[in-house]
Amino acid sequence: MYAQMVKSEGSKSREEMTPEELAFQDRIDRGEKIEPKEWMPEGYRKTLIRQIGQHAHSEIVGQLPEGNWITRAPTLERKAILLAKVQDEAGHGLYLYCAAETLGVSRDELLEKLHSGNMKYSSIFNYPTLTWADMGAVGWLVDGAAIMNQVPLQRTSYGPYSRAMIRICKEESFHQRQGYDIMMKMCAGTPEQKAMAQDALNRFWYPSLMMFGPSDKDSVHSAQSMAWKIKMNTNDELRQKFVDQTVPQAEYLGLTIPDPDLKWNEEKGGYDFSEPDWSEFFAVIAGNGPCNAERLGARVKAWEDGAWFRDGLMAHAAKAEDRARAARLAAE
Amino acid sequence: MPSLPDMTTPNLTALAGQALTESGHVAVPAPDAGQPEFVEFLQRMGDNALILGHRVSEWCGHSPALEEDIALANQALDLIGQCQLWLGLAAEVEGKGRDADALAYLRDAGAFRNLLLVELPNGDFGVTLMRQFLFDAFHIEMLRALKTSSDSRVADIAAKAEKEVAYHLERSADLVIRLGDGTDESRARMQAALTKLWSYTGEMFVDDAVDQAMADAGIAPLPSSLQPAWDKTVAAVLEEATLTAPTGAWQHKGGKKGIHTEHLGYILAEMQFLQRAYPGARW
Repeated sequence: MYAQMVKSEGSKSREEMTPEELAFQDRIDRGEKIEPKEWMPEGYRKTLIRQIGQHAHSEIVGQLPEGNWITRAPTLERKAILLAKVQDEAGHGLYLYCAAETLGVSRDELLEKLHSGNMKYSSIFNYPTLTWADMGAVGWLVDGAAIMNQVPLQRTSYGPYSRAMIRICKEESFHQRQGYDIMMKMCAGTPEQKAMAQDALNRFWYPSLMMFGPSDKDSVHSAQSMAWKIKMNTNDELRQKFVDQTVPQAEYLGLTIPDPDLKWNEEKGGYDFSEPDWSEFFAVIAGNGPCNAERLGARVKAWEDGAWFRDGLMAHAAKAEDRARAARLAAE
Repeated sequence: MPSLPDMTTPNLTALAGQALTESGHVAVPAPDAGQPEFVEFLQRMGDNALILGHRVSEWCGHSPALEEDIALANQALDLIGQCQLWLGLAAEVEGKGRDADALAYLRDAGAFRNLLLVELPNGDFGVTLMRQFLFDAFHIEMLRALKTSSDSRVADIAAKAEKEVAYHLERSADLVIRLGDGTDESRARMQAALTKLWSYTGEMFVDDAVDQAMADAGIAPLPSSLQPAWDKTVAAVLEEATLTAPTGAWQHKGGKKGIHTEHLGYILAEMQFLQRAYPGARW
């Protein structure tokens, strides 16, 4: 999931709801889509802005760990694929900022909040990409975890978000396949390549599990978001699904999941597995992950260094408009 | 009408080659083998695309606006794609069993044939855009001329690349105009970029023995023949951008012959790292 711990606004019982709120909840319960100009509770709007904004920020910050290997990709084909993939992430950021704009918040306002630390992006992007195998692990595990959450979000109640998700999911499933393809190549390669692949799995396994957010019992914002169909499944449901899907994939690669307690539980029809270290998760969220300073610093630098570029384009557009107006007046 | 095969003296070399290929044996060298000038020319085309594509891709995630991240990644992708075609053909013509990856990842700097202009560091976004514009204006003329190459493989690659590069030029020219005629700061930055890069433009139009051989064979135009069209495009854009090209500046050269700036070595150290650190591994 690219949105973690999104704070949800209030939670009312039907008795406490105004007639407008009741009618709104009924529409959602019937599976209708809410469109931008329609009435919505302020809490719904605010929660969606937080969630879509955090998701958009994750996409653009997410360019950085993979962008880190574009100039070192080992073949021309791998370089082209990785470039295309990272370009897709930027495209996802763009759709999502546009979806957020339909709720009355500009891209610049959201970016300002990212840069000032008032909005977050997914904790996963604060981990470093140290070897080429990390390009495989990120595609396989990180995009795999993201898809797990985003597929149900195609059915989310807010129309523009749902439509953005449909498009994004198509591209994400290509991303996951390209990541797995890198892993297959590495695992079928030299002993050094295979060791690199195992090392990447070791480092990305628990951070990937953290992507779904804290356990349901500690997740305070879930209930209202689920009632509004902004969130479709609980964190634990999705995490379980992810583990069940990923373990056989690791076995096929001949890699070992770094969890000695991982074992199949016949009764529940899924794997039992160890929880990630949540103190690490909260430390990363609080800004103390290995790459928080670099990632946010890179985004702030790009924004600040680019100010003259954006200002120049705006100034030219204003001049061009003035000239066009003057030409029209002269012609009259 | 093609001439019919001579039944009494069959082309044994071709037949033997065909038999070997069909039975899964090593193919005979391509009939082009021994055309060093042609290989040299194809490497010049491929290396320009590879090195500029590399430079442009360095911006990924760091550019001044999300739209620019997307556009630059697209442009880098186009260039890497073109590089695969040019270097792929270079390897085929060379006939030594190398492929595009071997040329990209296993040659040292002295064997690279790109223009100095494309290996220069990105600088600020103004330098990157100006470098792109100055190169695009040359690249488009080269590709247009190559569409009528006597070698159909060259003509085919040029026809594909021309469509992409026409868009690169449209975009870079548009941004040079907007930023030149933007704020005082954007104008100063674009002028500084132009002044800095101008002395690396002359190399694009210098003819040498390789170029002469290509022109004689009808494979490629003489670079000098492309200059009038480039001058015209560049003058028109700079005028609208309110920028002034330096006059009488010294012109650097050497890239086409493998004498590069210090920057290329660092590009290759980064680009070739995995292939050098893990020889023979497949990725």
